[in-house]
Amino acid sequence: MHKVAIIGVGCSKFGEMWDSGFRDIVISAGVEALEDAGLEGKEIEAMFVGNMSGGRYLAQEHIAALIADYAGLAEFNIPSTRVEAADASGGLALRQAYMAVASGVHDIVIAAGAEKVTDVGNPMDIMISSIDKEWEGFVGATLPALYAIIAKLHMEKYGTKEEDLALVSVKNHKNGALNPKAQFRKEITIETALNSTYVAEPLKLFDCAPISDGAAVVILASEEVARKYTDTPVYIEACSQASDYLAIQNRKDILTMNSVVVAAKQAYKQAKIETKDIDVAEVHDSFTIAEILAYEDLGFVKKGEGAKLIREGVTELHGDLPVNTSGGLKACGHAIGATGVRQAVEIVLQLRGDAGKRQVNAEKGLALNIGGTGATAIVTIFSR
Amino acid sequence: MKVGIVSYGTYIPIYRIKVEEIARVWGESAEAIKSGLGIYQKSVPDVDEDTATISVEAAREAVYRANIDPKDIGAIYVGSESHPYAVKPTATIVGEALGVGNDFFSADLEFACKAGTAGMQMCIGFVKSGMIRYGLAIGADTSQSKPGDALEYSAAAGGAAFVIGKDPIAVIEETYSFTSDTPDFWRRELQPYPSHGGRFTGLPAYFRHVTSAARGLMEKTGLNAQDFDYAVFHQPNAKFPVRVAKMLGFTNEQIKQGLLVPYIGNTYSGSSILGLAAILDVAKPGDRILLVSFGSGAGSDAFSIVVTDTIENFERNPSVWDKIEKGVFVDYGMYLKHRGKIRT
Amino acid sequence: MLPRFWRKIKYRYDLVGSYCENCQSFFYPPRNLCPHCRRRSKIKEVPFNGKGKVLSYTVVHDAPEEYKDEKPYVIALIELENGVKVLSQLVCDPKEVEIGMEVKKAFRKYGEDGASGIIYYGTKFVPAGHF
Repeated sequence: MHKVAIIGVGCSKFGEMWDSGFRDIVISAGVEALEDAGLEGKEIEAMFVGNMSGGRYLAQEHIAALIADYAGLAEFNIPSTRVEAADASGGLALRQAYMAVASGVHDIVIAAGAEKVTDVGNPMDIMISSIDKEWEGFVGATLPALYAIIAKLHMEKYGTKEEDLALVSVKNHKNGALNPKAQFRKEITIETALNSTYVAEPLKLFDCAPISDGAAVVILASEEVARKYTDTPVYIEACSQASDYLAIQNRKDILTMNSVVVAAKQAYKQAKIETKDIDVAEVHDSFTIAEILAYEDLGFVKKGEGAKLIREGVTELHGDLPVNTSGGLKACGHAIGATGVRQAVEIVLQLRGDAGKRQVNAEKGLALNIGGTGATAIVTIFSR
Repeated sequence: MKVGIVSYGTYIPIYRIKVEEIARVWGESAEAIKSGLGIYQKSVPDVDEDTATISVEAAREAVYRANIDPKDIGAIYVGSESHPYAVKPTATIVGEALGVGNDFFSADLEFACKAGTAGMQMCIGFVKSGMIRYGLAIGADTSQSKPGDALEYSAAAGGAAFVIGKDPIAVIEETYSFTSDTPDFWRRELQPYPSHGGRFTGLPAYFRHVTSAARGLMEKTGLNAQDFDYAVFHQPNAKFPVRVAKMLGFTNEQIKQGLLVPYIGNTYSGSSILGLAAILDVAKPGDRILLVSFGSGAGSDAFSIVVTDTIENFERNPSVWDKIEKGVFVDYGMYLKHRGKIRT
Repeated sequence: MLPRFWRKIKYRYDLVGSYCENCQSFFYPPRNLCPHCRRRSKIKEVPFNGKGKVLSYTVVHDAPEEYKDEKPYVIALIELENGVKVLSQLVCDPKEVEIGMEVKKAFRKYGEDGASGIIYYGTKFVPAGHF
C-alpha cells in the first residue's frame, strides 16, 4: 500500500448562501484547494464526491459528472464518482479517494463534498431520509427525535444532564467564532442554549446543528508525488469505515454506536496509535448528544462518562484534547455531504499550523463522520 | 339451533366535552340544554381516531374475549354513517387488522344509527343458514355535527362489535324490523353536515318506528314488557328512550343499565348496541333483554335476547360503565381540532 | 406511496414480525433474512403480543408537515415481552410518560395522503391501563 498524503485543502463558507448555486459553491472550494496545492487542475486523475441528495434538493442526479464538468476536469474525461451515506457521504468520498491512492490505482485524487440545501423550502424534510423511512419515519420519528431518544436514555442511565449538552453547544460556538468559514460566528451563553425551544425533548434548538450550504475539497496524493507539491504534507494514517443496523430499534444498545467503535478500533490499529495519541479531533455533532457519545465510542473515555469530559473542559480549545476546533457541525454548519471533507480540511489546517486564531498544538488528529443515527461511520487519522 | 351473541367488545374514545363548554362558546344556556336533552357531556375522538380505528378496537376486544381463531370469522359488516371513505369499505380494514384472512363475506352498511344492528341481523342469517361459523357485526361512528347546531351537544363517538355464532352467551331468539321511507334526518352526498326535520324527528320518525318494531317483535314472540329484565333503545338524547320505554310499558329500572347517552352522548351506530353491551356486562343467565335500534330514513330493528349459562365464564371486564367513567375533558378549541373542524 | 404502504399493512396494522427458526430470534420490522444466519435463515411470520414497556422516549415538538396536527407527540422505544424493540408513537399525555411504564398496542390513524388520498393506519401504543 502507498502512503497517502493531503497536499491541498479548500473550503467554502458554510451557511445559507442565497447568492451561490451548487456549482458556484463547489467550484469555489475546489479552486481554493488547487491553489493551496499549487496545481493547475490537469494533474487530477480522479474525483470522488460526497453528496447526500442532489436529486431531492436540486432534482439533479449525476452530480459527479456535473462537478467534473464545471471543475474543468471533464475536459480530461477523468473518472468522477459520487458516493452517498447520508451525512457521511463526505467521509465516504475521502475514504474512496484514500483507497484509490493507497492502492496505487491513481496518484492524485480529489475528495470533495458538497451540498446545496437552501433551494428547497424545508431542508430538514429531506435530511431525515437518513433514518429508516419505512419504519421510523412512518411512525412520526424525525432525526432529532431519534437522537433525543438516545439522549433521554443516556441521561437516565448515566446521569448526563441537559446542562452537559448545552456545554457542548457553547464550546462549539466559541470555536466557531474564531473560524472565518463558519456559519455562526457568535459566542453563546449556556442560558441561551438551555432556554431555547424544545425540538424533541430533551434536545433543544441549540442542541441541533443547522442544515447548511457548503463545499469542501481535499487533494490526495501518494507520498512520492506529494513531495513534488508540498513541504508540509499531512498523512492519512488510516481511514476506516463501518456500518450498523439502520433503525435504532434494531441496535444492540442504542447508547453505543457500534459503527464508530469498530471503525475507530480499526483506525487506531492501522495507524498504530492509542486514543491518548490523538491531539485534536473533529467529531460529528449533528446533535450535542452525538458529541458526548463520540467521546465514549472513540475511546476517549469509558461508556457513560462522556459528560465528564465536557464538564471538566478537557475538549475545550485549549484543553487536553480539543474537539471541534472548527466550531463543529453546530457552529461551522452542517452541509451534509460536505461535512466529512470539511472535517478533514480542519484537521489538516491544524496539523499544518494554518488554523489561525483557533490553532492548537497537534501532531495527530482524528475525524469522525457519521451517517444519520450511526448506521455509517468513518474514522480518519491524520498525522504530520 | 341456538344462535346469538358469542362475544362482544366495545370502544369509547377517552376524551369528553361538557355541555357547559359548548354552550359557553355559542352563548346558550347550559342548564336549558341539559334539562332539554338530558345530556351532560359527550365523547370526543382523538385526532388519530376514526370509525375504522374504533371498529378495530371494539372488534379486537370481542375476538379476544371469544377466544376464537379470527380465521373462523366468515363475515364482517361495519355499519356507520361516518365511514372514513365514501367508497372503500371499513370492513376490509377490520378484516386485515384482525388477521381474518381472505375467506369472508363483507360490506359496509349505512342506515343512519341502525346500521350496526342491521349487520347483526345479516350475520344471524348467515350463521343460521350454515353459510358461516362466526359473523362479526360492528356499529361505530364519529359523527360530525355543524358548529352551533343543536346536534353539537349530542353527536359523539364510539362503537361496539358482536361476534354472532352458535353456543352463544346470549341467544337472539327473535328479531323483527319495521321500515319505511321517512326523511327525518339525512345528509346529501358531499355535504359535510347532516340536516334534520326538527320536531319531525320525534313522533313520525323515532317514536313510530321504535314502537312499531317493539310491538311487532312482541306480537311475533307473544312476549310483553314484563317478560323482559332489561330494555335498551336508540339514544339520540335521554328524553326519547325514557319516553318510548314508558309508551311500551317499561320501567326506569329496566332501562337504567343501558342508558349511556347522558355521559357519552349519541354514538349513532354505536348507540343502542353500546347500551346492550352495558347490559350484558351485568346480566345473569336467563335474563331477557329487548334491544330496539332506530335509524333515520327510517327503520328500527328489534331483538329479543336471552342470556345463557355460558356468560358466567365470559370475560366482561373492563365494563362499558368502567370505560364511560374514564374520561379526559377538553375545551372547545381542542374539540374542534380533534374533530378536524379546524386544520393546519 | 400506495403499493408501498399496502405491501406492509399486515405488519403495520398489527405487530406481525419475523422469527428465525434456525437461531430462535425475533425481529421487528419484519426481515427477509436473519442477520445472524443469513443464508441459513429460516424466517417465519409471527404475531407479537402487544404488551411492552417504555425503554426510552422523546416528545416531538418540531413535527414534520404530515404530523403537525398531533404535536407535541411522544415517540417511544418500546420493548415487547419477547425482547423485540419497536419504535412507535405513544398516545399519552407527554407529562405522564416515564421510562419503564407499561404500554399496550392500539390501532390508530398515522396520517393520510392528503384529503383525497388513502388513509394510513397502523399500530401505536397506549398506557397499559387505558381502556
